Amino acid sequence: MSKEKAQYPQERARWQRETRPQFKDRPGKFMTTSSVPIKDLYGPDDVDHIDPLRDIGLPGEFPYTRGIHANMHRGRLWTMRQFAGFGTPADTNQRFKYLLENGQTGLSTAFDLPTLMGRDSDDPLAEGEVGVCGVAISSLRDMEVLFAGIPLDKVSTSMTINSPAAVMLAFYICVGKKQGVPESKLRGTLQNDILKEYIAQKEFIFPPEPSMKIVVDTIEYCTRHVPEWNTISISGYHIREAGSTAVQELAFTLADGFAYVEAAMKAGLAVDAFAPRLSFFFNSHLDFFEEIAKFRAARRIWARRMRDRYGAQDERSWKLRFHTQTAGCSLTGQQPMNNIVRTAFEALAGVLGGTQSLHTNSLDETWALPTEFAAKIALRTQQIIAYETGVVNTVDPLAGSYFIEHLTSQMEQEAEEYFRKIEAFGGVIPAIKEGFFQREIAAAARRYQDEIEKKERLIVGVNAFVEPDEKLDIPILKIDASVEKQQAQNLARLRAERNNTAVRQTLAKLKEAAQEGRNIMPALIDCSMAYCTLGEIINELKTVYGTWREEPVF
Amino acid sequence: MERKIRVLVGKLGLDGHDRGAKIIASALRDAGFEVIYSGLHQTPEMIVEAALQEDVEVIGISMLSGAHMTLFPRVLELMKKNDMSDVLLLAGGTIPPDDAAELERQGITRVFGPGTDTRDIIALIRDWAAKRN
Repeated sequence: MSKEKAQYPQERARWQRETRPQFKDRPGKFMTTSSVPIKDLYGPDDVDHIDPLRDIGLPGEFPYTRGIHANMHRGRLWTMRQFAGFGTPADTNQRFKYLLENGQTGLSTAFDLPTLMGRDSDDPLAEGEVGVCGVAISSLRDMEVLFAGIPLDKVSTSMTINSPAAVMLAFYICVGKKQGVPESKLRGTLQNDILKEYIAQKEFIFPPEPSMKIVVDTIEYCTRHVPEWNTISISGYHIREAGSTAVQELAFTLADGFAYVEAAMKAGLAVDAFAPRLSFFFNSHLDFFEEIAKFRAARRIWARRMRDRYGAQDERSWKLRFHTQTAGCSLTGQQPMNNIVRTAFEALAGVLGGTQSLHTNSLDETWALPTEFAAKIALRTQQIIAYETGVVNTVDPLAGSYFIEHLTSQMEQEAEEYFRKIEAFGGVIPAIKEGFFQREIAAAARRYQDEIEKKERLIVGVNAFVEPDEKLDIPILKIDASVEKQQAQNLARLRAERNNTAVRQTLAKLKEAAQEGRNIMPALIDCSMAYCTLGEIINELKTVYGTWREEPVF
Repeated sequence: MERKIRVLVGKLGLDGHDRGAKIIASALRDAGFEVIYSGLHQTPEMIVEAALQEDVEVIGISMLSGAHMTLFPRVLELMKKNDMSDVLLLAGGTIPPDDAAELERQGITRVFGPGTDTRDIIALIRDWAAKRN
């Protein structure tokens, strides 16, 4: 150690002694978005415990703190994967084609709420929700229309769906078959992250145990037959949107990831056979440095666990690949144009954090689904970061920053603390049943709201720089009510035209497979080919698995 | 002792985004109201039935998914049918201003948008209760 380095603590103490009397801090607290206090200054003594090789390493090398590729965005930009879906399958098919004509190579499908909850478009509880938050898909016929004229061997498709994910995968495999594309050639991602549904997003159908069994079935099936498919996108996004802190998002998401790994291993799969096909999905909130540290910590924790605890030997199993979406919950209804600025900073944090793929939110999303104009600005935001800011010219430029490295390491330690607590419950599912995650998140959400109301945290347009007589003057997208009618008519026609004997037979076989604990994917594919509807399939499975209601905590 | 004001916080529809509803429920409870939270995935019928059974003075309904123009008017209709003109109905969520104005015209006392301060809701309920007594 150089003489100067050895003198640092002493010099720092002197600096503090001499300069503190001049310090004039602004009123209010200095804390991250997650309410973690921040010191005025970070220096070498804050990173003393961090070993540059062991903990930070080199890009593309274990523990991947600096990124999973050696040259990261300098070599290849992230995928700009904007999420789309609305109205009927035909409406969304047109939007898909528009996006593909404009150079997008991956599709990202948003489903409407009835579909996400395993209900057909003509289900009484679907009223008012059909095609509103995404596209309505009730059977293979809808899926055929959704991908009409889109060659499934040429595009990769991401499907944001969880409880009925296995059914959507079956529909997709069947569309491929009908197009003459073998399942081994299909590329894409199924969100398929049921654990975070109990923790945060709450679009669950069955109880946790059978739900996990279905997830393992999809992993096993894809490992054998759809090898290029990403089987789960383990999602912190919704955990954060429900009000968690950054550390909670990090810890709960990775804990879910470990639970899937353990479940698949318990079912007899070798870790390296399926782990390279697990991916992640994180939120990028407004606290710039905290978010970057979160992404860096996530990679390090995953790599260490996968290698050291689960014995993964294939380095692809160690690498945490992730998609990022900017934080919808950070956007304001007031002065909506400011949301463009918020989204830009959040996207920049995702890029500096080393994301593989990014969705930027639109300025109008506190009010409705985005208009085409708002969606275009959101995409342009990514393009400006990629081509104009220069942040992609070198790999992980913030590495070695005292503050970033300290925060990264602190977040890893706090996540480890959460893993210990979750283990003390006996794992993720028992902790869900005890309401642990739900309580932690609700408390954090309430604390955040209190900080805003006490003005310890300022939000432009909400509790600071307010325009008292503000009128909302942006266009708002409306979904026509005719979508619901159209879908109901299509379903009536489908039920009249299909072979209903085949429907009954394939549903009976599905029930049998579920009762006997066999992998249900082959039976789901048969049901799909016979044009059983999503609602019929899910109702059949409900008779075997039951349904789930949560005990609300607030 | 005076009975606490009873409030039902209800989450309508298939959507599970309950952050806002839970923040409101806990803020109202801390402000001294008796709060009943419906939990998720409620129909208008379930909300009104629960309000009757729990004998509440205030109902707060919340939606994010965009189905508010279908489901909120049905709550109003069921309240009329059950002679609940003495019950205050408030709403919140992702509701565009034009829709909010229309819902208020139909009889929802107030539709609170994003960025609402929980103290505004508490003040509105207290004012309403004071005028009623």
